[in-house]
Order: sequence, then structure tokens, then C-alpha cells
Amino acid sequence: MDNSVLLVSPSPHVRAKHTTRSIMLDVIIALCPALVASVIIFGWRAALVTAFCVALCVFFEWAFEKICKRDVTVGDLSAIVTGLLLSFNLPVGIPLWQAAIGCLVAIVIVKQLFGGIGCNFANPAITARIVMLISFAGSMSDFAAKNDATSSATPLSGGEMPSVLDLFLGNHGGSLGETCALALLLGGIYLIVRRVITWYTPVVFVATVFVFTFLLGENPVEHVLTGGLLLGAIFMATDYSTTPSTKWGKVIFGLGCGIITVLIRVFGNYPEGVSFAILFMNILTPLISMWTRKKAFGGVIKK
Amino acid sequence: MFRLSGVRLRHCKNTADCVPVRMGVPKKIVIPMSMHIGAPARPVVKAGDAVKVGQPIAENGGGLSSPIYSSVSGTVKKIDEIIAVTGAKITTVVIEPDGEQAVYEEIKPPVVTNREEFLSALSNSGIVGLGGAGFPTTVKLSADVSKIDTIVVNGAECEPYITSDTRTMIDDADAVADGLAMLMKYLEVDRVIVGIENNKPQCIASMKKATAHIQGIEVRSLPSLYPQGGEKVLVYHTLGRTIKEGQLPLDCGVIVINCTTVATISKYIKTGMPLVERCVTVDGSAIAEPKNVIVPIGTPVLELIEFCGGFKCQPRKILMGGPMMGISVPDLTMPVLKQNNAILAFDRKDATPPKETACIKCGKCMERCPLKLSPCDISAAYKKGDGASLEKLKVNLCMECGCCSFICPAKRNLVQTNKLAKVALREYQTKNARQKEGNK
Repeated sequence: MDNSVLLVSPSPHVRAKHTTRSIMLDVIIALCPALVASVIIFGWRAALVTAFCVALCVFFEWAFEKICKRDVTVGDLSAIVTGLLLSFNLPVGIPLWQAAIGCLVAIVIVKQLFGGIGCNFANPAITARIVMLISFAGSMSDFAAKNDATSSATPLSGGEMPSVLDLFLGNHGGSLGETCALALLLGGIYLIVRRVITWYTPVVFVATVFVFTFLLGENPVEHVLTGGLLLGAIFMATDYSTTPSTKWGKVIFGLGCGIITVLIRVFGNYPEGVSFAILFMNILTPLISMWTRKKAFGGVIKK
Repeated sequence: MFRLSGVRLRHCKNTADCVPVRMGVPKKIVIPMSMHIGAPARPVVKAGDAVKVGQPIAENGGGLSSPIYSSVSGTVKKIDEIIAVTGAKITTVVIEPDGEQAVYEEIKPPVVTNREEFLSALSNSGIVGLGGAGFPTTVKLSADVSKIDTIVVNGAECEPYITSDTRTMIDDADAVADGLAMLMKYLEVDRVIVGIENNKPQCIASMKKATAHIQGIEVRSLPSLYPQGGEKVLVYHTLGRTIKEGQLPLDCGVIVINCTTVATISKYIKTGMPLVERCVTVDGSAIAEPKNVIVPIGTPVLELIEFCGGFKCQPRKILMGGPMMGISVPDLTMPVLKQNNAILAFDRKDATPPKETACIKCGKCMERCPLKLSPCDISAAYKKGDGASLEKLKVNLCMECGCCSFICPAKRNLVQTNKLAKVALREYQTKNARQKEGNK
């Protein structure tokens, strides 16, 4: 037999089924309930904004990699996830040119300039949202629910607080994907069941906000169900590249996010603090990962 | 006690019910002088010599080594050299069998009444660790056994496909039990734990039955979680003892020995026939008739595969050992070694390695590493040439089980990087030591 057909490669010779692409696909599936909810709550423009952001994120990733003569990685679907998450952080009435700038910031500046997937230190969607919030303060805080055509503020910024049931179903003002707690929880459960994420960060994050606001005499249920808390805790604070990969690191990350969120919401000038909290903890991530690294089994520290 | 991590694999134990069949005498036998850890054996025959089954053809190469015996009767054609699968050049003895399989006249059961006689008999058996590592058994058992309180028998067989240990525990359970009785008697150890993964209930039952009459032997069912059969993992999961950095199982009062090795010891003590053949699992998507084969050591892989009906499709990758730690063979004339427990052949679909993509820092490699290492950090430190970090990350502890590469969604060859990083770390440490010497 001809030996030249025999392949020599390093072990192991079997691999697990999942790939970066299948993980990203799971995240996309998990975001679908929230997408459907956003269209029901905010109307068809929600779908338009989402489709626009997704298309632009994919385009920017493709174009940047083409220009830089890198391998094109749009096939890993991560740009679609970024596009979805960014659009979920925008109000329904956002002018599309502003959304386009957000996509550019997310994909080109935050992700690709730092080396592409896995190399960015900050969450692209979160950072882009913050850039937009500071640059386009007016249109970024012009929240409108479908049932009242006039502009209304997110309940956190002093608008009238809807009933808990409305909060849970998302029937109130806010960013596209953040209002429907039910849809976000469904997505979160799916990700945990599929082992894409673990419960540590989301549960610690939400629990910290709950306990901390309760201690400060606020209504903890309203704090958990409003603003971007669930969207941030389930989908953004669990991003692989920008959060710690160890179990205790995830716990510390969730705790830090929770404390900062409440500090900003209760004592700060901004009505919403989830994005800033996550971005701040993103920056601490390399340190947290280093502190919480497991001790090697049987390892002896030499003096 | 917590459990060490690992990965769940498709077991693919297709040949678990295949009773081993003996294959005929091959047309040619190539016996490498290095089929064990340690110094190569020294040939004691020359071209033209007539040899018989069980006749010594190479003596202990000194220190950690093992003698080698002819697996056939025939004529030594030449003393040759081949490039082994490890890339090293090794001496081989090439024998042309005459098909008679005449047994060497001096084969007779050794007289064994005490520890010294037992060990000296074993030193002439050519037996090495048959689970894959190939550590000379006499050396393992000759160490100061006064501190040993337990023998752990490795019947985990956690690699997919391989069933040669499975068959030993089913067909040769009595030989394993006898071997254990001998080890307990001559090494004066009164406790034995046989660790078997729970995907082999037949083995657990047959080992329980065979060892019931011996006081002190416990057959323990272990979860089927790769790498259950790794030495450190097995000792921790059976006894809760941690083999620390730089230690051997001996330092924890344990001898770990493979079940087929135990069976082979007892057969040798009873018959005096040294290790000249072994059971090999032949399986994989390119093999026409997967089966367990008792094969003379030194049989070319191609002849063994032809005995199993040949290839049913174009093979793309041939492995010696299991799919997790096995080595891919570049050449089908390679001989079967003492420590080969399987020959696997895969078609194009199963053999093509996936494309590597960028690390997404998911942390799955750290989560699944049984020894709690951080393969992705090791890989980053290795690429930077950062010896100090490699030292802190304890890459030297890596047992190369492959869980990290297996689980990685980006399909990165993490365990391969670990192997390279281990070499880089040793170089770094030697350089440091030399610099320290210089400063003095």
C-alpha cells in the first residue's frame, strides 16, 4: 500500500463536536425570544434596526479583514451576535446612521483593532452602546413603547413604574431587547442547558443587585426587571473573551458588576449602570483571571 | 473528596465481545530494541542465527531496561535500524520465521519461593507495562516496597475502541487473580484495589468472581470519565491520595499496575514463557473485520490488518494506541510493540484534523484538565518564549491526556503545545541552573 496517503498528526485524534460557530449559533438561538418580544413590543422598526445592525456588523468584519488581508472569520457568526446585542441595546427610534456608527465602533475599533475574536478586552456591543450614549445622548435615551406613541423614559429614569407583570413581560419603555424579562430568561436557561454559559455570573450579578438595592431601601424587584440588567447579566457578562474563565473569577465578576450597577443607578448621574459596570469589570478581567487560577493538582511551589 | 475533571467520550468499544483470536505466523518479524521506557536492549544474536520461540535475542541494556525474546522460530536475517513512530532511530532484529514455532528448550517455569526469586525471575520475563507506557515491570516492583500499603490495578481502559484489557479481565480473570495473589505474597502488600470503569459491567463481575477467594482485594467501579486510567487520576479516585510534583506512586505508598501486565506475570511464573505475544485490538472505520488478535511481538502492522480482513476503504490515518493518546503511524511496515494495545485505522472522514481557529477564551480547557492546568495560558506563554511563566503554570505536570485539545471549540492543538512547552521549560531551567553555577 502507498504510505504517502497516511496522515501523521498530533493526538488527540477525536474532537468534541462543538465549535466556535456552534457556540455562537446557540447564543443567536438564545437571543431569538428577545428578538420576537422586541418586535411585538416595539413594532416592525425593531426588526429593521436589528437587521440593519447585524448586516452592518458582518459587513464591517468582512471588510476590515479583507482590507487587512486576514482570514475572513464571518463564518464563526460572532459578528451576528455582536450586531444582535448592539441593536438590543438601542431604542427603537434610533436613526440608522447613528446605529451604523455604533456597529463601526463595536466591530472595527473594539474587536478587530485588538486582534479580532478572542483578543478584545472589552465587550464590543457594550462599548459601542456607551460610545453612542455619550455621543447621541438625546436619541439614545428616547425610549418609546408601542402602546404610547409619545416618547417616554425608561422607568429607571423617573417615568412611572409599570406593574410587575408588565415589567416581566416587557410591556414598557426601554431598549429593544432588554425589556422582556421572560424572553431573556428563556434564552439564559437555553444557554445554561446547552452548557454555553454557566449560572455563576448571571445569578451572582442579579442576586447582588437584588440584595444591594434591598439594603438601600429601593424596590429590588423593579431594579432587577428594569433597565438592561437581565440582558447584560445573561448575554454580556458571560462573553468569553472579556470575562474571567474560572469559576471563582466569574463569581467575582458578577459581584463586581452588581455592586457597580447599583452604585451608578442609586448614587450616580446616569439612570442606568449595567453597561458601565460590565465595561469596568471587563478591564479587571485579566487580573481576576490571574488571581483565581486553579492550583495545579499535585503542584509544589518551589521556595 | 472532590472528583478530578475529564471529558466524556464516545466509548466505541465495538470489539468488547470479540474473544481474542490467535493469528498465524507472519512472513517477517521486526523486533525493535526499544519497546520500553529506558535504555534500549542490547542484541545478543547476529545475522544467520537460528532462534526459537522464547529465546533471548536481546539482553537488558543496563539500568532501566528490559530483555527481549524472539516471538517466532526462524532465522535472524539482519540487525537493522528503523525510524520509530517517536522519530528516534532504533536498532531492530529482523527474523524470518520458519513457521514451526518450535519452543526454546530452556523454557521452564521459574522456581519462586520468596521476593528475591520472584523479582529475579521477573527480570528475565521481558514484561513491561502493557497498558501503553511500557515501564519495565521488574524495576517498578523492585523499588523499596516497605512503604507500599496498596496495589492499584488499572483496569480503567478509558481510551475509546481499545478492549484488550477488557478481554483480559473477562477471559483471563483467574490469571489476573493469581498474579495479584503472587504480588501480595511476595511484595507483602495486603490491600489491592482493582479500578474498572463502569462501562464494563462484565469485567467488574468477572473480576469480582475471580478475586472473591482472596482476602484484601477490592474491585471498584469507577465513573467512565476519561482519563480515569491516568496514574495520578486513578490513585486519587481510588485512594484519595495526591501524587505530588516530582513524586512516583511509590512515594504515596502505592504501586499502580495494569491488569494485563498482572495476568502476564502470573502466566510467566506458571509457564516460564516470557513476553513474546500480546492481545491487540484492531478497529476503526477503515478496518473490514474489527477484532482482538493475539499477535507475535514484532509483527508488521500491515500483516495484522490483513489478518483482520484488510481495509474496507482507503485508510487515511493509522494509530498505535487509542484515539486520545495514540501515535499516528507513517508506515505500515512498523512492527507491533510490547506496549501496543491497539492498532486503529480511520478513513478520510474520521482522520482529517479540524481547522484551528482563534482562542475565544471560553476556559473549557482549564475546566476539563484533570490536573487543573491552564492550557490556553500555557500556549500563550510558550508562544512568547516565557519560561518563567511556564514554570509557574506547572506545564511539567501535564500528562498529555489530550482533554484540552479534545474539548477546545476552536480546535486548537493545545496538548501538542503543552508537549513543546515542557521541552521549552526544561531548556529554560537548564539554562538558569547553568547561569547560577556561573555566578558562583
